Amino acid sequence: MKKFLRIFLLSLWFGAITFPFTGIRDAILLSISITVLLILWIPINKGFIRKERIDLAFKKINEWFRLKTQKRILTLFFILFLLVLPLFMNNYFIDVTTLTGIYIILALGLNVVVGLAGLLNLGFVAFYALGAYSYAILSTQAGISFWGSLPIGILLVAISGVLLGFPALRLRGDYLAIVTLGFGEMVRLVLNNWDSVTKGPNGILNIAPPEVGSFAFREPIHYYYLILFFVILTTLAIKRINNSKVGRAWVAIREDEVAAEAMGIDTIRMKLFAFSFGAMWAGLGGVFFAAKMRFVSPESFTFFESVIILCMVILGGMGSIAGVILGAMILVILPEALRGFENYRMLALGAGLILIMVFKPEGILGGPRRRAELRPDDEKTLMQEMETIKR
Amino acid sequence: MLLQQIINGLTLGAVYALIALGYTMVYGILQLINFAHGEVYMLGAYLGIIILGFLTSIGLTAISLPLSISITLVLSMLFCAAYGMTIERIAYKPLRNAPRLSPLISAIGVSIFLQNFVMLSQGATDKVFPPILKAEGLSILNARITFLQIFIIIASILMMAGLHLFIMKTRLGKAMRATAQDRKMAVLLGIDIDRVISITFIIGSGLAAAAGVMVAMYYGLVNYFIGYVAGIKAFTAAVIGGIGSIPGAMLGGILLGLLEAFGAGYISSEYKDVFAFGLLIIILILRPEGLLGKQFGERSK
Repeated sequence: MKKFLRIFLLSLWFGAITFPFTGIRDAILLSISITVLLILWIPINKGFIRKERIDLAFKKINEWFRLKTQKRILTLFFILFLLVLPLFMNNYFIDVTTLTGIYIILALGLNVVVGLAGLLNLGFVAFYALGAYSYAILSTQAGISFWGSLPIGILLVAISGVLLGFPALRLRGDYLAIVTLGFGEMVRLVLNNWDSVTKGPNGILNIAPPEVGSFAFREPIHYYYLILFFVILTTLAIKRINNSKVGRAWVAIREDEVAAEAMGIDTIRMKLFAFSFGAMWAGLGGVFFAAKMRFVSPESFTFFESVIILCMVILGGMGSIAGVILGAMILVILPEALRGFENYRMLALGAGLILIMVFKPEGILGGPRRRAELRPDDEKTLMQEMETIKR
Repeated sequence: MLLQQIINGLTLGAVYALIALGYTMVYGILQLINFAHGEVYMLGAYLGIIILGFLTSIGLTAISLPLSISITLVLSMLFCAAYGMTIERIAYKPLRNAPRLSPLISAIGVSIFLQNFVMLSQGATDKVFPPILKAEGLSILNARITFLQIFIIIASILMMAGLHLFIMKTRLGKAMRATAQDRKMAVLLGIDIDRVISITFIIGSGLAAAAGVMVAMYYGLVNYFIGYVAGIKAFTAAVIGGIGSIPGAMLGGILLGLLEAFGAGYISSEYKDVFAFGLLIIILILRPEGLLGKQFGERSK
């Protein structure tokens, strides 16, 4: 009975704080729906649907994904599937898939910085913008081709990553996050106001499409195969560096910086490398984005984009490559599918971020090490995870 | 011209200082950047318009304008205090022992949620403050100061003085200071830190709401995304003064307000936000402890 009273009071509370905004009718509706949801939650909480059981299911999926042969077969099928997929899709779906590809590259790049090295970068979109604008300007002003601009753009972004990282990486945790956020906003504001070079808020039009010999990329399907190539390239590169000495050094820094330094890791150099290596992929994504859209404007590079990319990394599971790819796919395709609920999907995204952080901070496919780190007080799961690692 | 810029800067600075206090108090106690704080300020601005609109519709503003403005201010502060407390309970309390990345991300979630909540319920267009305040004022040496500006400056000073007294003289204030100094020790001495943290969020959100209402009156219109930029600027103010230090937040707010007024007046108003962000980055890199803050660099992890 006490429980019901609490639920009732809680719903009343939410109704009371929302009514000036929503009006009294909607506030009452909200109160009622919260009451219903919370009453439905009681049996779930009591154990009819066990939380452990859900966790176990997730773990089974995780373990299955981690087995080597299955992983190889799965990847092979997935690539084959992606190769034939556009033959059965219309241009709209091909465009959505291409967009997904761009975000996969961005999310994988951010994953290096946040997921592997543990440096929260909230201005990641700045590097994406720099990549896109460098191709836009090189193409329209200097007439340099896509393949010529690609290395220039990536190099430029990597250098700007070093330039920002050099002073900023001395800061830790949330301070780094704020500095990178400030940097991201500054880049956007400069793009918006430096009319003579960036054409201001109007953006740059008529960017040349990529060409190979006399063949020009014009149809959506051409871009599809190009981005597929880039995604595979990015995945392979990041996978290999993840399993290398450098990747392990990054993880060591994330887990414990002091200990990592004591083990002889040059932490500053490694952090700087993570920062600009991650940024590089954003540069690649940016150059491709400019070539695909053939138009860039500051509007595409708001703080919100940084947040979305971060969400992809978190949702899928920080540090896990398959997880990040899954996260990017979910967060691009789901909103497209929910076009009809345009406004509510942002509301759901905000609520989703909070819920993930509270209930499943390691994401859908987060690795056991990450999980142990994120749930320090949950000893039982920690022991279970240690068992699976040993096996 | 100079005096005018100082007056404008002081008005703006007083508002920044009020918001900055919320950041700095929460940081002092939880070492957490309350990313959703700017949205509470935005909610306050909207509530100001909604409540004053309601009071106008029942005819109270026609009878007594000062009374209705006071009612608006108090009611919005109460509502936002409730929001602040709720945000803390939902998004921060379950993550108190998690790594520092987690509450930051859930705070971003809160921020997105509140922005879209307001956009959906109040519409995406600018909301205009009821035109009941006339731009009357005094002239001093070629500069004009409106009664509204005087009100904003005096109300902010009163609130800050009240906060200072609360923290220095009351039992709860003492508990807050103790928690900020050493959370574990405070628990051992029998301080209910959950309560202290709740109170911190309540006070910080109330002050942000006051700032929101005053800004809504000053500029005359609000939008659902004003919280983001104001939040960053107030955070900059808190960092300039030294995050965790309450007098620092007041000083930082005033300094940033003046800097922005001068920057917009003498250099370029297009790049005024760039100055604020640039200043934030430079201060964080060169003197992260701020003007009045204590060294925290090594502690923060």
